[in-house]
Amino acid sequence: MSATVWITIAGLALSTAAIKAFGPVVFGGRELPRALARVIPMLAPALLTALVVTETVGGPGRSIVIDARSGGLVVAAIAIALRAPLIVVVVSAAAATALLRALG
Amino acid sequence: MGLRGRGVFALRQTDEPPADTVTQGLRIGVPYAMASFLLGLSFGVLARPVLGSVATIVMSAIVFAGSAQFAALAVLSAGGGALPAIVAGILLNLRFIPMGIAIASSLDHRAVGRAMRGQALVDASWALANRGDGRFDIQLLLGSTLAQYPAWVLGTIAGVLAGGAITDPRSLGLDAVFPAFFLALLVVELQRPGARLVSALAAVITLALIPVAPPGVPIIAAALAALAGLRR
Repeated sequence: MSATVWITIAGLALSTAAIKAFGPVVFGGRELPRALARVIPMLAPALLTALVVTETVGGPGRSIVIDARSGGLVVAAIAIALRAPLIVVVVSAAAATALLRALG
Repeated sequence: MGLRGRGVFALRQTDEPPADTVTQGLRIGVPYAMASFLLGLSFGVLARPVLGSVATIVMSAIVFAGSAQFAALAVLSAGGGALPAIVAGILLNLRFIPMGIAIASSLDHRAVGRAMRGQALVDASWALANRGDGRFDIQLLLGSTLAQYPAWVLGTIAGVLAGGAITDPRSLGLDAVFPAFFLALLVVELQRPGARLVSALAAVITLALIPVAPPGVPIIAAALAALAGLRR
């Protein structure tokens, strides 16, 4: 087990560094084509939406589940609408999720 | 400057001078660092029984990619081998390729310098550094990541130490920290013209692919929604 763990860590460390370096090394130091300049700012809302969706409704074995996390996300959205600080947003989301689980 | 007026939920204005320093990035990164600490805490609690204390902390210190670490841990927890665990982590990390291409033209360094700065890519810093005109504030990206890295590692250490007291981080709702964190970042981005359409498309793509594609692939496919930016 220990060898498996350390091989995993080494493999992940090397692959993560390579993936993070790829864009800057291969595409760096060049002028940005005009069309790309309009697409690139839109990558953030696209990727962040995908992360919110997968982290909220992604379940085991490629399933989509509505569980306590969805309630936590609603509370997070309310906190954001009330302009609460980020730490309050994430803590209230966690607290709401914990409460919903405790209530079963 | 930067995130003025309405705290962390204000959109950074592109007409501001691009002179953000690393220090300003550090300051802007502090609230995100607190969230990183909580995420690191839950990783530490979940990983310690599977990986052991030392390996859990080393992993956070040298991998520094939360979602990939959780994905690899899930595979190892289920009895999977090193290769499927690494592949699971790589799939979650693939989003750093479009993110890295996005920052590339803002980096006017030699290849090694660009590769080094690319290591500062994490979701929150990258989104915060997005100026909306196709360029990124690299100093701000570096400063924000500099705030989050120690928080991620210290959170992991705290999770390893607290492991005995917290048996299941889900009972504390810690798995809701990730989506709430990303939602706060997303809300800022939605203020950009055209972003709501992109977000809606990305949500549809992600939901359509979750049941059929390996974890991580729906996220990278959702990046295609950014092409809607060409409509403007």
